[in-house]
Amino acid sequence: MKNYYQKEIETASREEILKIQNEKIVKQVKHVYDNVPYYRDLMDKKGVKPEDIQSVDDIHKLPFLSKDDLREAYPYGLLGTDLKKCVRIQSTSGTTGKRVVAFYTQKDVDMWEECCARAIVAAGGTDEDVVQVAYGYGLFTGGPGLNGGSHKVGCLTLPMSSGNTDRQLQFMMDLNATILCCTPSYAAYLGESLAERGYKPEDNKLKAGIFGAEPWTEEMRQSIQKSLGIKAYDIYGLTETSGPGVSFECEEQTGMHINEDHFYAEVIDPKTGEVLPEGTKGELVFTSLDKEGFPLLRYRTKDICILSRKPCSCGRTHVKMTKPLGRSDDMMIIRGVNVFPSQIEAVLLKEGYSPNYQIVVDRENNTDTFDIYVEFSPEQFSDKIADVQAREKALNGAMRSMLGIGPKIHLVAPKTITRSEGKAVRVIDKRKLH
Amino acid sequence: MAITQLSAFLENRPGTLYDAVSSISDAGVNIRALSVADTRDFGILRLIVSDVEKTKEVLSDNVVITQTKVIAARMSDEAGALKKILKVIQDTGVNIEYVYAFTSSVAGSAYVVLRVNDIEEAEAVLARNGIETLSDSDMTGLL
Repeated sequence: MKNYYQKEIETASREEILKIQNEKIVKQVKHVYDNVPYYRDLMDKKGVKPEDIQSVDDIHKLPFLSKDDLREAYPYGLLGTDLKKCVRIQSTSGTTGKRVVAFYTQKDVDMWEECCARAIVAAGGTDEDVVQVAYGYGLFTGGPGLNGGSHKVGCLTLPMSSGNTDRQLQFMMDLNATILCCTPSYAAYLGESLAERGYKPEDNKLKAGIFGAEPWTEEMRQSIQKSLGIKAYDIYGLTETSGPGVSFECEEQTGMHINEDHFYAEVIDPKTGEVLPEGTKGELVFTSLDKEGFPLLRYRTKDICILSRKPCSCGRTHVKMTKPLGRSDDMMIIRGVNVFPSQIEAVLLKEGYSPNYQIVVDRENNTDTFDIYVEFSPEQFSDKIADVQAREKALNGAMRSMLGIGPKIHLVAPKTITRSEGKAVRVIDKRKLH
Repeated sequence: MAITQLSAFLENRPGTLYDAVSSISDAGVNIRALSVADTRDFGILRLIVSDVEKTKEVLSDNVVITQTKVIAARMSDEAGALKKILKVIQDTGVNIEYVYAFTSSVAGSAYVVLRVNDIEEAEAVLARNGIETLSDSDMTGLL
């Protein structure tokens, strides 16, 4: 049996999808040009007028938006509608501490939640299911997105948010959760925690999991599926476009269908900006076709992936993207949180440390470890262990408030961090993610 | 009357203590007393040496060092001597951060090194109770 939340659009022919996209893009570009001065300036600079965009084939003429633009336009510069029409703000960490804030009208929230609903139904969800949402709630889009999608499907929703593993397991077992939504690393951790408490995979009622917000491998999928006794589905999204649900996996588990009626995807050469043909590896670029509050056109995600239009056995016709195969910038995703080395550098300078540091990221028992080695100056050294440890603790706190996650801080003596050919190696990522 | 202590930051891995001690030894400096406090990542080596300036000179190229004043209190080398010293300090409310001890060639004498949060107060109370503390020049004499 095939499961769709919105069968007509999810299985629409290529021609039908193109027709929808073409209608939407013409309206959207005109709307953005008239209402978003920041983007209008970019278009004017490039000599592009709204009437130059007659179909999605013309999208390549439009200027790109990057995270830098979002930072520069913070907070209202890319707002696409009257603030009074907006009902929600979500946010993500940006570089050097400035956050990205995205605005949603009620229509935007509904669209986003429908996308998540499609993902839940694709994972086998119906109104009979109990959905345990263990993504963080709040400014982070993971919790609110899946929560909304679950409501739309009519599932009984458990808005657990992240953390508090004992309570997660208790509710999972006592309230017969059937679908788990969280980061893959937390899913793996919950699986291990169940085993530690003497449960076998068949003891829980879970049948599926929808996991995203961080990179994970096929091996990790196999291990989660085994430990929880479920089928594990990938989901992808970013706050800049809406949140999770921009694309999602079907039962074929061979890539994520992009919701093309809302998001137009391109893959470009990150160096030249040139659009690459289907099947080529490049940077993913999204154009929101109908967002009102935060209508980003040609937003560069920095995620490297491949698009494919090979027919899918699930019957969905929307283009599929691979899991992100890497980044075209230096952003790391650690325990589901976006981390830029520049943020770490900013904290160190603010706290009076030298910018000589090294980040070491690894994965132990399917959970990311995050260590930062920091050189201190002779003046910061004390003969008392407690003083040194207090410094480490204070720096951990400062990092946590900037990044949203706390690294383990290791103070090291000056000049001890390895420099190769005079240039310091700032990041050592030992995880095998791709 | 406090004495000078040098502390060096050492990574917690094989060879770091040897390297530091080698440099001191090669400079012909005698280590009168030492202690190492360890954590998982690093250790702090605390030293009382015969020549502070020379030690700083040879160590500072390779390790971070800091100089602090500590109290070295003389006690008779017998049961109960340390207890007496700790008692008078405790009664003043002065906090002891860490402590280590050494003996000397003076027969029957041992010394306890005290790192305290209020060095003047600790010295005063020790003096009032007739407990002898060493100065840097006393240390030179002992060596």
